[in-house]
Amino acid sequence: MPDPITIPDARIDREVDARGSFCPGPLMELIRVVRAAPVGSVLSVLSSDPGSAKDIPAWIQKAGYEFLGAYALEGYTRFVMRKTH
Amino acid sequence: MANVIQRPTIAIVGGGVGGTVLANLLARQLDEDEARLVLIDQSGHHLYQPGWLYLPFNGQDPEHLERSERSLLRHRIDLYVSRVEQVDVETRSLRLADPTGVGPTERLHYDYLVFASGARIAPEEVPGLPEALAQGSAHQFYTQEGAERLRQALHAFHDGHIAVAIGGIPYKCPPAPLEFTFLLEAYLRKRGLRERTKLTYYSPLPRAFTIESVSELAAPLLAERGIESRIFFNVTEIDHQKRLLRSLEGEEDRYDLLVIVPPHRGALIAEQSGLADAQGWLPTDRATLEVKGQEGIFALGDVTDLPVSKSGSAAHFEAAVVAERLSAAIRMRTVNPREGCYDGRVMCFMETGYAQATRIEFDYEHPPVPPKPGWFYHLEKMLFNKAYWYLVPPARV
Ligand SMILES: Cc1cc2nc3c(=O)[nH]c(=O)nc-3n(C[C@H](O)[C@H](O)[C@H](O)COP(=O)(O)OP(=O)(O)OC[C@H]3O[C@@H](n4cnc5c(N)ncnc54)[C@H](O)[C@@H]3O)c2cc1C
Repeated sequence: MPDPITIPDARIDREVDARGSFCPGPLMELIRVVRAAPVGSVLSVLSSDPGSAKDIPAWIQKAGYEFLGAYALEGYTRFVMRKTH
Repeated sequence: MANVIQRPTIAIVGGGVGGTVLANLLARQLDEDEARLVLIDQSGHHLYQPGWLYLPFNGQDPEHLERSERSLLRHRIDLYVSRVEQVDVETRSLRLADPTGVGPTERLHYDYLVFASGARIAPEEVPGLPEALAQGSAHQFYTQEGAERLRQALHAFHDGHIAVAIGGIPYKCPPAPLEFTFLLEAYLRKRGLRERTKLTYYSPLPRAFTIESVSELAAPLLAERGIESRIFFNVTEIDHQKRLLRSLEGEEDRYDLLVIVPPHRGALIAEQSGLADAQGWLPTDRATLEVKGQEGIFALGDVTDLPVSKSGSAAHFEAAVVAERLSAAIRMRTVNPREGCYDGRVMCFMETGYAQATRIEFDYEHPPVPPKPGWFYHLEKMLFNKAYWYLVPPARV
């Protein structure tokens, strides 16, 4: 287990690196981690797929979790959420 | 003969696509006195799993989907038909179960270890699914037995709502449930049952398929054929008495017959080794395929935690990478970076029904650009299904 990463206002409990993932894709990787994580965890996914900017927040909202932000990094984005229920 | 006695042992756990290709590549690349090659497979039978997709529609003779592992391996590879019960990384040894179940277990020393042990299905992770499967209201085609039971269920089906859904992520062969839906629609039409059947495809994502370009191709086909597509539906629970599907997103639907992709986990041995994550996937370096933090231990195929499709093609391409890395280690030479780094390559076909298909190919850097479905790709897939035995396990391609 790597050390938790700290971004502006959250400590990430689990991060999945889905850069270069076209199939199953970053959102699938995130859903996989969300399903297995305990309630309350802060989870993040790294994606280099431009489609994620729309898909990931939309799914988080649909599932009723808390979207904590998208952070643009070099050539990829870190999406952060909290599993609230 | 001193060097023969001291030659290092490479142990491969699993004789599926990845393990078999790797063993045969190593047998070609390394001389017999350079390394002992051992492959351990619990069943001794090599299965061609992609054929299971066609079994429910009578589109495949089950006898063509299985061969003895021994017949696919080069002579110098030592095959143990046995289950690896324990991996001890401290002493670099494996404990093998006695195949008869009565004799003593056997210990096997290794210098290099490769996990090619695949994935297993875990229906028990969706509450209600084991009961629904036992009751016969739910079916799956991720085992040969399951696919054959589904064939009987479809044969007996006359009308109602068929739901095709995904019970867990990740699962093998991401296009398979969509392909199944297309094949099912064509099958129902052929049997004159289409008008009496409501058919729904449940996608875990905001569109029909994970890859946008493939989705753009699949969505109109679903609509054209009257297949309802429900998005953002990740199945979490089944009420087998009321025949209800419930989703992570808080929705509920009724079905008459459910075809579900069961949740998958990494092979039990990966989990028991203490090296895997909570779902049994081995944390694997995306380029070198070494198990993270474990020198001399590699993973390939479905058992890895890599963000690529769990597919035979990925296992096949990864085998070449591990073979190069192991050959370099044994010969104490540097790794050829072109051959010894996995670039995320995957290649697969997607059946779209009515004897048409498309082809999906990509790697970490290049997204897929699937061509318009056509008869040509379907034919190519049909030929591949037959040619598999001659091309893939012997590592001819
Ligand atoms: C319905 C369906 C359709 C598919 N379609 C396609 C397709 O079109 N294209 C494609 O590329 N892929 C497809 N796949 C996926 C493909 O079959 C798998 O991804 C592939 O088999 C993975 O190879 P592997 O070597 O990692 O594992 P496997 O081929 O599953 O082999 C693992 C082996 O390890 C053995 N094993 C496990 N644990 C132990 C132990 N403890 N001791 C000893 N032996 C052990 C198992 O018995 C097995 O023989 C499909 C799969 C299914 C189910």
